[in-house]
Amino acid sequence: MDATEFIKNFAAQFDDTDASEFTLETRFRELDEWSSLNALAILNMIGKKYSVFLKPDEMKPTNTIQELFDLVNSKIS
Amino acid sequence: MLNPFSLAGKAILVTGASSGIGRAIAVSCSQMGATLIITGRNETRLSETYSMLEGDNHQQIPADLTNVTELDTLVERLPKLDGLVNNAGIAKPLVLQLTETEDVNEVLQINALVPIHLTRLVLQKKKLNKGASLVYISSINGNNCAYIGSSIYAASKSALTGFMKGVALELAPRGIRANCINPGMIESDLLKSGSIGQEELEKDRLKYPLKRYGKPEEVAYAAVYLLSDATQWITGSNLLIDGGYTLQ
Repeated sequence: MDATEFIKNFAAQFDDTDASEFTLETRFRELDEWSSLNALAILNMIGKKYSVFLKPDEMKPTNTIQELFDLVNSKIS
Repeated sequence: MLNPFSLAGKAILVTGASSGIGRAIAVSCSQMGATLIITGRNETRLSETYSMLEGDNHQQIPADLTNVTELDTLVERLPKLDGLVNNAGIAKPLVLQLTETEDVNEVLQINALVPIHLTRLVLQKKKLNKGASLVYISSINGNNCAYIGSSIYAASKSALTGFMKGVALELAPRGIRANCINPGMIESDLLKSGSIGQEELEKDRLKYPLKRYGKPEEVAYAAVYLLSDATQWITGSNLLIDGGYTLQ
């Protein structure tokens, strides 16, 4: 799984936050734009792009894009 | 003793009877004396429901109603019905931005097209007795309110409500009634599946003035009511069962 691609897919779920602001270190829950709609959109994106169907409670402990990336990766491999 | 809610002597078909609300409806109808025909996709769980039914002469017919052949076969095998409960449905939390054609088709097909075709077929194949009652399990979602990630679900449920009204008017001359039940969130297998987080569920429950979600049997009792002769003058209605949620 490609991290750059993952960041791009992640960033695509946001409208007001510039794509350049997203890195593996980004603490996404602290973004001004973050809402329950983004959370659902991220879960949907991961399902569609990576065929990994995370439950909301599984995503909850993740705070950075890296942590989420690792979680998704662990479900693939 | 007179019981206006008795379903004795009535043959009733319930779709989506393998779990949740459909199972509770089937069981309640059998307790009220009806003879049930239950259908659902999962054969094992459908026979679990079957074993929970009270009384004799019930039938279980496993079928995927999105499959035209299986739908036709089901209708062919039906006796004359006094009641039909269109309950089978799916919910799929999905933001519109990531919704694809297949997602739209799947939800609309199961939630709206199947009940439409089933109603059409039982009518065309003359499987409805005079005075029969058609019940559609709709939702507050799409009729009274909406939720994030459920626009297609909302569309499917309000489609069902519109369809019910047309059917109610068209079949009224035969004394056939059609009504919707619009439940709020019901404790069901869907919630246990984990597709909504536990913390979110806890918070959401508190948004209900009665401080809890509904129970499947509470929807079942409403179905019994609409299937019974107590409601012979009720048609085209939407029965709201939502713990007060849409008051606010």
